[in-house]
Amino acid sequence: MSEPSVREPDSGVREIRSRGTVTIDVEHCKGCELCIPACPPNVLSMSTPVNHMGYRYPELHPGCTGCAACLLVCPDFVFEVFRFEQPVVTEVPA
Amino acid sequence: MSGPGTPIVDTSSAPTVPARRVEELKPALLLTQEHHMCPGCGEPLAVRQFLETIEDLGVAQRSIAVAGIGCYTSFSGSMDVDLVQALHGRAPSVATGVKRMLPDALVFTLQGDGDMVNEGLQEVLHTAARGENVTCILLNNGVFGETGGHMTATSVIGQRTKNSLDGRDAAYHGYPVLIGDLIAQLQGAAYVARGSVHNAGGVARTRKMFKRAFETQLRGEGFTFVEVLTMCPTGWFIPTADGPDYMHDTLGEVHIMGELKVDGRVRTTEELHAENVAKQRELDEQLARGGIHKE
Amino acid sequence: MTATTATSQRVLMEGSEALARAAIVAGCRFFAGYPMTPFTEVLEHFARLLPDAGGACINAESELEAVGMAWGALATGARAATGSTGQGLSLMQESFSEITLAELPLVIFNMARGQQDYFQATRGGGHGDYRHIVLAPQDVREGVEHVQLAFHLADKWRNPVLVYGDYLLAHTQEAISIEPMVFPVLPAKDWAVNGSRSGTGRSGAVTSLGVGKVGQRALGQEGKAQYIATKIPYMEREVRFETGFVDDAETIVVAFGSPAKFVKYAITQLRAAGNRIGYVRPITLWPFPYAAVADAAGLPSVRRVGSFELAAGQMVDDVRIGVAGRAPVTFIGGVSTDHSGFGVGRMLDVEVIADRILALHLDRDLPVIPGYESCSYELQEHQA
Repeated sequence: MSEPSVREPDSGVREIRSRGTVTIDVEHCKGCELCIPACPPNVLSMSTPVNHMGYRYPELHPGCTGCAACLLVCPDFVFEVFRFEQPVVTEVPA
Repeated sequence: MSGPGTPIVDTSSAPTVPARRVEELKPALLLTQEHHMCPGCGEPLAVRQFLETIEDLGVAQRSIAVAGIGCYTSFSGSMDVDLVQALHGRAPSVATGVKRMLPDALVFTLQGDGDMVNEGLQEVLHTAARGENVTCILLNNGVFGETGGHMTATSVIGQRTKNSLDGRDAAYHGYPVLIGDLIAQLQGAAYVARGSVHNAGGVARTRKMFKRAFETQLRGEGFTFVEVLTMCPTGWFIPTADGPDYMHDTLGEVHIMGELKVDGRVRTTEELHAENVAKQRELDEQLARGGIHKE
Repeated sequence: MTATTATSQRVLMEGSEALARAAIVAGCRFFAGYPMTPFTEVLEHFARLLPDAGGACINAESELEAVGMAWGALATGARAATGSTGQGLSLMQESFSEITLAELPLVIFNMARGQQDYFQATRGGGHGDYRHIVLAPQDVREGVEHVQLAFHLADKWRNPVLVYGDYLLAHTQEAISIEPMVFPVLPAKDWAVNGSRSGTGRSGAVTSLGVGKVGQRALGQEGKAQYIATKIPYMEREVRFETGFVDDAETIVVAFGSPAKFVKYAITQLRAAGNRIGYVRPITLWPFPYAAVADAAGLPSVRRVGSFELAAGQMVDDVRIGVAGRAPVTFIGGVSTDHSGFGVGRMLDVEVIADRILALHLDRDLPVIPGYESCSYELQEHQA
């Protein structure tokens, strides 16, 4: 499993570079969790709240590469996948 | 390190910064994303791949599906493809009649292992032997899903089902039929492949198999067959998240993934094993780098 | 004579060939079948003639696959047929039921071994509520008409039609001309699928399940079953029959198919000898001509009705329903095949038939059929 581009500047902040992102149609998710281990940069985790069917659903963290592995393994057509023209940088506490 | 602990990204709508959509929510040939398959079912993964392949090949408006009877039958209503509904096991002969009347159509069947390998074994074997220019697609999860999880002819030794509660026992229940391998032996079969949707790499490889099968049919070279190992956590009585590993470790060990017959040559088990290891590594690397290149 | 060229010139040919040619003249472009006596020659002729007519004939590896192939061809809007003898049709029953629910116009040939497939044809051996129109030609000439009529009726009602032939019809050579019949124009088959609507948002489905595409109204399985059930009374309008010598008859004999021709001949002879005997010949076995039988049985002169069939007694049930107590009904037929079980046997003989009709007419016991005594069931002790 790969790591997203991470740069650690000298302050107490590090940057996570996302080359892509997804939309997640949470109301159609059936909580199967197949997307979680499928994601190479490991940026999906299951939510705490549930959707109207009672299922938890995936949430996205910074570092998506737009590889679409999640979409390939999702039985419920929950994802759309995008790639940014320029990577989006997210700053998180180190 | 990213992942849990880092902030959640808003995924409720398309990004506002410049971006291009690289994957659609659902295939254009699927009228709705909604279906009643269980959580973790592998069948929709296969359905997406062959529908997108038909679209990519530009042959949507001469495609005809012949559906068997199983959980997947409900896709008969949501696939935007002209369709003939067949009885359990009978799709290959129905497909034969369709193709003989419409030789320029892309005709494919959609069947499960209970349908094709139990009820309809002679149908698919004869259709293959006859070299009918149709593509039979098998969704193989090693159980009768729709009736609640019963043993089929492809269930593996040791597999627990509702009518083999102690696990399939060779002495009592006999051995599984490796249908892809059986069909590959028939001269009329031009291209035979077995895919698997246990992970993204498997899904990507399966897509290529669909493309080669359909192209072979369109060139009129004979019978083509794509078997896809799919997860059925409900029929296997396991948590959904365990589906892929279970499938890979049980069905996948017996029904070997790969292109079983290409250009008239049946490939050896050693070739398939070596290729599976190499392909998995290659696809994992592609995914890590940012995506699998779709041919 | 080419396959598609109909001709008014009469050519000597066996019934099997005439039926196949008639089908092709009617536009049949697909046939699939499996060899079985006495149907095999029908398959042989289709195999030989269909390709030249631009059609396809497949030597199916089983009867089950044959009907499946015809199903697929029908779904594309083509005229298609299959057939066998009764045993082979037994294998096709599930598909017959579903094809009827899917409203596909299948034409089915039963080249029967005798007449004991009457129930199979008229009640249907498959599951569910369905009926097939059944045409029972008495000879090759009528068979040629019935085959063409079958394709027309099948399309008219979007319902299977069965042509009930037999060994005699299949293997008798007659000087026959295959002249195309003219039928009223029927609507285009816009329900058929050919791939052209795929991907347009308006794709179609040919299905027995009563389900449609997302966004389309569909009846559902129960609704579909009800829909088919309510079609049946309308199809009853297709009843066809023939009567003769009925007006002053004391005895009415009901018979169908090849044996009916023998019965009619026997009755002609018996009439000439002064016996007031008439007949009703169902031409459609379904819809059965109950009204015609009732009318004949209800005549003031009629004292008795006989049902003649080469079987243990199947059509006699429908005769009884039609007669509805107006006169006593007696079964005067019997199991009759040759020793191989394929042919039509000892009862298909004008003298034998005339004797049985006369015995009925004179209220005497029916003659014993020679050889049958040794085949009769003996009640066993534990059954007494």
